[in-house]
Amino acid sequence: MLQDKDRIFTNLYGFKSPGLRGAKMRGAWDGTKQMLELGRDGIIDQVKASGLRGRGGAGFPTGLKWSFMPKVSDGRPHYLIVNADESEPGTCKDREIMRHDPHLLVEGCLIAGFAMGANAGYIYIRGEFIREREALQAAVDEAYDAKLIGKNNKNGWDFDLYVHHGAGAYICGEETALLESLEGKKGQPRLKPPFPANVGLYGAPSTVNNVESIAVVPTILRRGADWFAGLGRPNNVGTKLFCISGHVETPCNVEEEMGITFRELIEKHAGGVRGGWDNLKAVIPGGSSVPCLPATTCKDMHMDFDTLRDLKSGLGTAAVIVMDQSTDMIRAIARLAYFYKHESCGQCTPCREGTGWMWRVLERMAIGQAEKREIDMLLDVSHQIEGHTICALGDAAAWPVQGLIRHFRHEIEERIDQYSANPNPDGAVSLQAAE
Amino acid sequence: MSARRLAEIQPDNFSPNRETTAFAKASVKKYPEGKQASAVIPLLWRVQEQNAGWVSEPAIRWTAEFLDMPYIRVYEIATFYTMFNLQPVGKFHVQLCGTTPCMLRGSEELKTVCRKVIGNQMDVTSDGKLSWIEVECLGACVNAPMVQINKDYYEDLTPEILEQILADLRSGKEVKPGPQNSRHRSEPLGGALTLLSDTSSSRAKAKPQAKAKAPAKAKPVAKAKPATKAKAPAAATKPAKAKAPAATAATAAKTKKPRGVKAPKVPDDLKMISGVGPKLEGTLNGLGIYKFAQVAKWTKAEIDWVDDYLSFKGRIERDDWIKQAGALAKGGVDEYVRVFGKKPR
Repeated sequence: MLQDKDRIFTNLYGFKSPGLRGAKMRGAWDGTKQMLELGRDGIIDQVKASGLRGRGGAGFPTGLKWSFMPKVSDGRPHYLIVNADESEPGTCKDREIMRHDPHLLVEGCLIAGFAMGANAGYIYIRGEFIREREALQAAVDEAYDAKLIGKNNKNGWDFDLYVHHGAGAYICGEETALLESLEGKKGQPRLKPPFPANVGLYGAPSTVNNVESIAVVPTILRRGADWFAGLGRPNNVGTKLFCISGHVETPCNVEEEMGITFRELIEKHAGGVRGGWDNLKAVIPGGSSVPCLPATTCKDMHMDFDTLRDLKSGLGTAAVIVMDQSTDMIRAIARLAYFYKHESCGQCTPCREGTGWMWRVLERMAIGQAEKREIDMLLDVSHQIEGHTICALGDAAAWPVQGLIRHFRHEIEERIDQYSANPNPDGAVSLQAAE
Repeated sequence: MSARRLAEIQPDNFSPNRETTAFAKASVKKYPEGKQASAVIPLLWRVQEQNAGWVSEPAIRWTAEFLDMPYIRVYEIATFYTMFNLQPVGKFHVQLCGTTPCMLRGSEELKTVCRKVIGNQMDVTSDGKLSWIEVECLGACVNAPMVQINKDYYEDLTPEILEQILADLRSGKEVKPGPQNSRHRSEPLGGALTLLSDTSSSRAKAKPQAKAKAPAKAKPVAKAKPATKAKAPAAATKPAKAKAPAATAATAAKTKKPRGVKAPKVPDDLKMISGVGPKLEGTLNGLGIYKFAQVAKWTKAEIDWVDDYLSFKGRIERDDWIKQAGALAKGGVDEYVRVFGKKPR
């Protein structure tokens, strides 16, 4: 188990003050000026050396991403954008950073802004996080008052930081949709290329990073890239905030070492699976967008990007949703399908039409009112959505359904058998019109 | 995606109040010259707050005009983003999270409560107090099931507790936001298992402290019902609290005890400050604090001192005593209502 001394978010549970004084006591804003003296390349090299991979879900190396920003400005300003639109079902880690350790984020913004030549940064926080927005704004104001950020600040890099918010659209967590939303438009993703590092916010070079990716950077630089790279497993290093929800004894957030085994994570921190290990049925290991895994494969797996990718799932945001034997898998996934139907932005036809179609079929399958050939049809449709849309929401909608069919096809079939053995006395399957 | 339309019955006009105008002017300044359209979401949000929780057609027109945007662009925003209510809602608008992580922990039963107490989604109760809607993941999954009511999250709910909360809100009682069981935030029920050692600095070198104590708090055996467990952990959270005095000693140097006065003839009712109960009032009186004006004038150092003295972990700032006391000192209950939009309790 990770020791407390190696934890970055030492106020994760908010038992201590989130204010500047408390944050400084916990180590924030210590030696920031010296870090900036490393120079842009120095910082990027350190972040690269630390092996930090983006914490927003895709796991793209953060240092590499920063290095895509133009080295010399062509006259356009550069922007740092922090993606705090945390809405992936199962995920609630950035919320804790913003309300309990906001200064780590503010400090990280200054460092990241410097490393990419940005004098301005925007934090895009989801609209529902009203109290978190207030806490974050308070921290930003404190940092301004203490001359830690802003014009002519103590750290020697002019940097303005603004808190912006959305209004309830999951799609705005996609980086280009976020930029659109920040420009005052509907959150509909842009085609890439051009990538944001060339044409981002207001047509200027921009980099979008997750809250956790930015907030861990100051501590990495303070303690050295070696320290961070020494935790975890090769290519999957450092610490990670895990959100353990669902059917465990004590759901919680916890910062743990990357690559911890699933069993250790659940036993040590979440009090074990409700009703014991044999009662485990399935796990969604990285937020709703990744396919679920059945109990047989997941008990001793390592929780990191590469292991889970090899198991045809993903670490995503490390939001571990545990489901015990009492779970109706079809209904659980059908609810996720509804989520994607609700959150599809409507721009690409495969996603707009496909998400609703999959949801309606799954709702029927949940009561068994379907035919077995429709299972393959559903799988086929999910593949037609996957990879055929501008952004990854199409993929994210398809994967949970594919995971369900891959591991729990027998349950769907049993449900159909059960229903056809004792059909609804009202009569035949009622046809539903597409919306 | 969901098709959303404006309400059929619309007011004739919308006029921004002083606060909204000031907010709008300040918001626009956050964005570069000519990019004022960026402020459209914050502005519509502010407009919704002023307009009793929903966005009307005239309000959309005003926003478009203020930001120099075509009306259709703002209309598009208002119908795309689901937090903009396009029809009137209750004074307390309940957004119930129904996505899978909450569903696994019992959000279906919460829906039943809402249907029973309020009615169908987006119905407003006859007294105008309550309305509800099922929303997608609100991002508090480890505290599932949960709802958001206006600005606050209410977490770790049971059907009984939700029903009680709704009843309390209706009758004007104050309800404590956050987890509704013994949890503080997102730590495991029964008390945190990590972050117990007092190494407040992440740079601090290994101080091999007796960390081993924590796990000894025997977990209730599997299958124990959440309801019965909820009561037990009150004692278990103690170890975390025990650290407070140590912090007090360490930080005493940087903080300052606020100056007290002799008991005046007519002391203020400090209990009016949300967060202060009879016990705390007594403690504050013991420090010579009797008037709202005294609290309102506390400096940062003084707040920190009192915070440490009461082992409060920042609650004074979280509950914003200073602003509350300031309002009460300035104009009593009326001023408080003006500032906070609700009565002090």
